[in-house]
Amino acid sequence: MSDHEYTPKSNFGKWFNDRLPLLTLANHLTDYPTPKNLNYWWTFGGILTFCLVTQIVTGLVLAMHYIAHADMAFDSVEHIMRDVNYGWLIRYIHANGASMFFLAVYIHIFRSLFYGSYKAPREIIWIIGIIIYLLMMAAAFMGYVLPWGQMSFWGATVITNLFSAIPLVGEGIVTWLWGGYSVDNPTLTRFFTLHYLIPFLILGLVVLHIWALHVPGNNNPIGIDVKKPSKDTVPFHPYIVIKDAFALLMFMIVFAFFVFYTPNILGHADNYIEANPLVTPAHIVPEWYLLPFYAILRSVPDKLMGVIAMLSAIFILAALPWLDTSKIRSAVFRPLYRQFYWILVADVLILGYVGAMPAEGLYLLIARVATAYYFLHFLVILPILGYKERTLPVPLSITEPVLGGSSNLAAARDDSRLEKLK
Amino acid sequence: MKKFLKLFFYIFFLIPFLPQVYAAEKIEYLTTDWSFKGLFGKFDRSALQRGYHVYTEVCSSCHSMKYLSYRNLAQEGGPEFTEAEAKAIAASFEVTDGPNSDGEMFTRPGKLSDKFVMPYENVKAAQAANGGAYPPDMSVLVKARGGGVDYIYSLLQGYEDPPPGVTLDDGVYYNKYMYGNKIKMSNQLSDGLIEYSDGTKATVEQMSKDVTTFLMWAAEPHLESRHKMGFKAIVYLIILTILVYFSMKRIWSRIETKV
Repeated sequence: MSDHEYTPKSNFGKWFNDRLPLLTLANHLTDYPTPKNLNYWWTFGGILTFCLVTQIVTGLVLAMHYIAHADMAFDSVEHIMRDVNYGWLIRYIHANGASMFFLAVYIHIFRSLFYGSYKAPREIIWIIGIIIYLLMMAAAFMGYVLPWGQMSFWGATVITNLFSAIPLVGEGIVTWLWGGYSVDNPTLTRFFTLHYLIPFLILGLVVLHIWALHVPGNNNPIGIDVKKPSKDTVPFHPYIVIKDAFALLMFMIVFAFFVFYTPNILGHADNYIEANPLVTPAHIVPEWYLLPFYAILRSVPDKLMGVIAMLSAIFILAALPWLDTSKIRSAVFRPLYRQFYWILVADVLILGYVGAMPAEGLYLLIARVATAYYFLHFLVILPILGYKERTLPVPLSITEPVLGGSSNLAAARDDSRLEKLK
Repeated sequence: MKKFLKLFFYIFFLIPFLPQVYAAEKIEYLTTDWSFKGLFGKFDRSALQRGYHVYTEVCSSCHSMKYLSYRNLAQEGGPEFTEAEAKAIAASFEVTDGPNSDGEMFTRPGKLSDKFVMPYENVKAAQAANGGAYPPDMSVLVKARGGGVDYIYSLLQGYEDPPPGVTLDDGVYYNKYMYGNKIKMSNQLSDGLIEYSDGTKATVEQMSKDVTTFLMWAAEPHLESRHKMGFKAIVYLIILTILVYFSMKRIWSRIETKV
């Protein structure tokens, strides 16, 4: 959203840009004024773009060698691991890439929650983000089915069976999803097709996500509106580009460690056993990134209500901009919200933990309390907090607390609080 | 708050390990000094060759390894038999081929390109011969069990007389490391069962270690190149990260904001 009009220097550039303003777009992207106080939690947007591209590129190569057939899928994965040149590398990047993608997206989402990035005027960015997250879960789930191991098969059976909870038409829908009367070859081929399709839908939505972001511009750690461009902003290139690159490289080191040294630790051993409809694994566990929702699903005794609770847990996020009634964005100036925020983080981690445990005894009790708290946070605590909370004074600009501006900013100038801004 | 953020980060990194912690079921497995663990882990060639020996002499009468070919035995990063040795090994097996021009199936000596010969025609035949239990294919067995190599290594040495009160059906054996302690494979290893050509003493422990090493290689034939490449990749990334860090500092020094 630069204020100045851009004109290319060369005649050809002008001619081309008049017909297709690609150069204007490129200029917008490099000049894009970004708040200069963005901390490293803001680098995960770029990291996520990297994850998506990595998944698409490695996925393309895998699709050239993979065979989507119930009798051959498992064999073809082993063929990739053994006989395709660097097939093991491509597959391990793709498999661990999914986990890295979710790790990054969870940090990205929780960053938004902390700094109130979902609030006006950024609701559309947030909702597109939630749709991307939903599609990511669908893509990850279907991708996990493709190697046709035991967890693939039984995970697919459990998740697709959830639709049978729908009254009257449930059973029919499940048969329709499976393309038969059990998870079998037709299920595998359609999952493969959709697994190939969804990343491109995500890519399209990412473009919208960034487009919508570039209208109001980035939120920032103190959550105030910044004038653009101004003393408070820096051009995206080179400042943010180099910072994102640095953070991405740190992320890639962690990623590489998983790929090269513990490539199977994030997966389940049972998925190296070929799918067998006659043998049910002792514990059917989804991938780690779906565990909190799995815990919510199992904490409700009724199947239909469990499914509704699980889906609500995701969809409730889309309503967040209206559930959070506070006008202040950043948790830095919301002492009470800050505490509830960390309780929510702990709550989700607990849900993830009990999601991996058998749904019985104490674990079930913990799952129920944590589920109840999850909804309580969004439906009761957040709406009330907006009215009751005494927030701290918010600075007028990013530079002001640093340079010292008007007299009512003593609180903002306090060193300890400045520490928090970083 | 910085502390909080750190904690947040650590917890996030811990999540993935939770299911694994759980999957291990708190059984203490036996372990040994696996040569292939660690950043520079490599297979012990002679252990792999001895392990192959144990596999052919003992395991292969019931367990298939359908994803391995005889050529793999001569492959870099594996047991590294010489090509002549691998050819001789392959030729010692009878492979069914065909149909020939008369439409008949025929047998011929194995070639390097052949997959390991299967002990049974199919799963049903394997079950029929083993009291209903299917001896699992061993190609990726190490990766298909929660405890990995330690589990296999322990299981092979975990046969015991059942504790009082535990009754075993016919053809079921007691093993302290098996899930549920009941296993349909009888104790296969005993001291001096086979004779190693390199003169190593074939104790149960030694054979368990060798064959488990062999199975690890079978499941991860590219482990050595993975470790080598991983080290280079990570060193490269670290150097690049340092360079980018200083570039970043330089660029941000143009304005009065810390990065």
